[in-house]
Amino acid sequence: MSPRAAARLETLGRTDVYEYQAGKLDWMAAGLPTEGTNATRPRAGTVARTDVPTASLSERVGDVRDRVRAAGWEAAVVIDPQRVVLGFLGAKELEKDGELTVEVAMKPAPSTFRPYVPIKEVADFLVKHDFQSSPITTSDGKLVGLVLRSDAVREAEGCPDCVRSMI
Amino acid sequence: MATHIDRDRLQELVEAGAQLIEVLPAREYEEDHLPGARSIPLKSLDRNALASLDPKRPIIVYCWDIA
Repeated sequence: MSPRAAARLETLGRTDVYEYQAGKLDWMAAGLPTEGTNATRPRAGTVARTDVPTASLSERVGDVRDRVRAAGWEAAVVIDPQRVVLGFLGAKELEKDGELTVEVAMKPAPSTFRPYVPIKEVADFLVKHDFQSSPITTSDGKLVGLVLRSDAVREAEGCPDCVRSMI
Repeated sequence: MATHIDRDRLQELVEAGAQLIEVLPAREYEEDHLPGARSIPLKSLDRNALASLDPKRPIIVYCWDIA
C-alpha cells in the first residue's frame, strides 16, 4: 500500500517522498512505542521481565545455576554477544550436571513472541502448551525480556479483549 | 521514485521535521500508529489531502509492511 501512496504523491507533484517499506510491523516488532487505542493495553513487551538472567553458550551449567538462583530466578535465556536468543534454561535444564556447558544443556531455539503481541495471545499459548514462560524478542532476534505464564494470565484476565484485529 | 528508508533513517527524518503519514485504513490507524503520524488512508490520498500537508517538509509514507 505504501508504494502506491508514494507513487500517488509523486503524480501529485511531490518530489520529496520517502517510503518506510518495512512499516508498522517492523516498528512494533522492534518494541518501539506507538500511539492509539491499543498503545496502553498490555502486550508481551510491556509484561516481559527485563531483568531475566542471561547466559552464554560456553558457561558451566553449575555456575549459571548458582547465579540464577541467587537472583531469585529459576530460568535463564541463552544469548550471543549481540543479545540474540540462542536457547533457554528452565528449571529442568538448570538441574542438569553442573559440569555441562550451557550449549549442551540448553533447550535450543525456544518459541518466542514479538513485543507487540497482545498479552492474551501469549497467555493462551503458554497455557495451551503448558509452558511456564516465553522469551520476547525483537524482529532481529534480540532479547527484550521473559514473560512468565503467571504474569501473562493475570494481565490477560484484566484485559479479555486484548486481541489483535489487524495483524 | 520514492526513496526507501529504514527505521533509523525514519527517526532521523522525523526529528528533522519530516511529515509521517500512515496510509492504512483509519481503523488501523486508530488502534496503533507511529508517534506523531497522521492518517491519510490511501483511498483518500488526493489533491485535497495533499493540500493539507506542509509543502516545505518531506513526506514519509508507511503502511503495515512491505505488501
